[in-house]
Amino acid sequence: MHQEHSDTAHFEEAAVQFIPVAPDRLILKFSGNWVAGGNLPDDDEALQDLVRTKPPPRIAFATEDLGSWDSGFLVFLARIVDLCNGSGTPVDLSGLPEGVRKLLDLASPDKQRTGVTREKSSPGFLVRVADATLDLFHGFQEMLAFIGDATLSFLKLLRGKAEFRRSDLSQALQETGAQALPIVSLISLLVGMILAFVAAIQLKLFGVQIYVADVVGIGVVRVMGAIMTGIIMAGRTGAAFAAQLGMMQVNEEIDALESLGIPPMDFLVLPRMLALMLMMPMLCIYSDLMGILGGMIVGVGMLDLGVAEYYYQTLKAVTLTYFWIGLFHSFVFGILVALAGCLRGLQCERNAAAVGFAATSAVVTGIVSIVVATAVITLLCQVLGI
Amino acid sequence: MSTPKPDPGNERETVIEVRNLEISYGSFVLLRDLNFQIRRGDIFIIMGGSGCGKSTLMKQMIGLKRPAGGKVLYGDVSFWDVEPSRQEQLKRRFGILFQSGALWSSMTLAENVALPLEQYTDLTPAQIRELVSFKLALVGLGGFEDFYPSELSGGMKKRAGLARAMALDPDFLFFDEPSAGLDPISARLLDDLIIELSESLDTTVVVVTHDLASIFAIGTHSIFLDPEEKTMTAAGNPKQILAESGNEKVVRFLTRGKGRKQE
Repeated sequence: MHQEHSDTAHFEEAAVQFIPVAPDRLILKFSGNWVAGGNLPDDDEALQDLVRTKPPPRIAFATEDLGSWDSGFLVFLARIVDLCNGSGTPVDLSGLPEGVRKLLDLASPDKQRTGVTREKSSPGFLVRVADATLDLFHGFQEMLAFIGDATLSFLKLLRGKAEFRRSDLSQALQETGAQALPIVSLISLLVGMILAFVAAIQLKLFGVQIYVADVVGIGVVRVMGAIMTGIIMAGRTGAAFAAQLGMMQVNEEIDALESLGIPPMDFLVLPRMLALMLMMPMLCIYSDLMGILGGMIVGVGMLDLGVAEYYYQTLKAVTLTYFWIGLFHSFVFGILVALAGCLRGLQCERNAAAVGFAATSAVVTGIVSIVVATAVITLLCQVLGI
Repeated sequence: MSTPKPDPGNERETVIEVRNLEISYGSFVLLRDLNFQIRRGDIFIIMGGSGCGKSTLMKQMIGLKRPAGGKVLYGDVSFWDVEPSRQEQLKRRFGILFQSGALWSSMTLAENVALPLEQYTDLTPAQIRELVSFKLALVGLGGFEDFYPSELSGGMKKRAGLARAMALDPDFLFFDEPSAGLDPISARLLDDLIIELSESLDTTVVVVTHDLASIFAIGTHSIFLDPEEKTMTAAGNPKQILAESGNEKVVRFLTRGKGRKQE
């Protein structure tokens, strides 16, 4: 069973020779540098043959010609030892360098902690479906409980019994208000312009370009302004809330509050929810104005409409009802985004990856709930004939 | 430090009693049949290897996690059987130092210590300021009032956390791994501080730890949790346990795995 594995047996190159010294005794002679990532011989088949020989030979090692070695060598040896143990082949490790012997011993199966390795389980399809359904159900239950708690806290606030720090509220107001203006300006202006462009192409066909003002005005004021601010705030503030609260969960800061008997719902969720409830409608009004401005830029620049003409047409088209509907949208979105952010933040587990997950999930929950709420409100308006 | 007398004839009253407590995660029972008493002025150590449930046990004692079964009694009030308002009252008598300090990161040290006072006392802002400065000085952080937690070292955070835990002059101080993450000298200083505070304030102290130096330096009474046996396998003064316990695992724990003979 003598095998030469590298024909160009250069001393530096890792090689192993199988030298039978007696019918029942085999020496594995290593030479060269056995370094992981180097060109190591791959002797799986030879090794398999080796342990299949009956009766199995005793295996020993010779390492006089071995150059440098690292984990690559250890992994190779561990494979041999594993194979031999599996087939009852006796192995004599005494020919190996002392360091190698010690490391192999540390990694041997009987040195591993027992009773802690988790058994890999692959539950069946039905079990997984049931688990997922239950998870979904529990998630929904938690969400309802959270909304209930938040409502109770809010009622407590109205009765003047909920306590939080005024400075937390003012900071949240600043974060959700003034600091959001630049991005709201940019996006609303562009959305206004895009709406105007799309409408202009169609309306020009009929020679009624002036109605661009109606399309943009009503579209933006009634729903688009609120949706745009809602989605911006879900990405910007909802994620921030989730990350802040998640990090507080990781740091045990929320435990510290609870252990003092201070409800996190009052202390952390209320100021954030209040801030968004107040600032979202304001941002929405601002976004409406920017959207109309965007439409006007296109109308004046591309359709040769007069500024005054466009302005009066908008005034005529946009009624106060549309304005209130838009504002109502944004008020609801404010609550939804704050709830989604805080819920995901407080549900966060205690590790860094979970904080990222909480932020992602806050944005997804926020946007989904905004879209669903829009559908519901639109339907209600339809039914009520507004 | 008074020498402990774990015999039942001890004259000090029992202030905390744990009866048949059970710790489980979902349907998996980690520990059961936990029974022990903590007396006034004790420095009571809950010890055991990593993952043995000692932090969870503490969470159940301080009202953060409802136990799967059993009772936690403060005097003759069973914490988990009374209405929430009574629980809140009890919680006000606890001071808790969390493992990471758990200072509220958006507040300065002064605001951190002041919050419990603002929440639960009718003191004027000036009085609160004075008290806060005093508490911070007690833990050696006088002059650090306006620092934010992120500006402090790990040891300082723990001290500040301790100042906050002591804000309401609690009857019970709970420590979760006080020496974790501290260098040996800071850990020792914190141990000394715990002893001094417990003696001078007559506070009952419960410490969750696996730090041997701390266990022997401060513990007057202790229990050892063994998740393999699913219960506590030793109770008493740590030195006494080391000298007398017949449980090999406890002795190995207390001697860093060497066993008693090689001591």
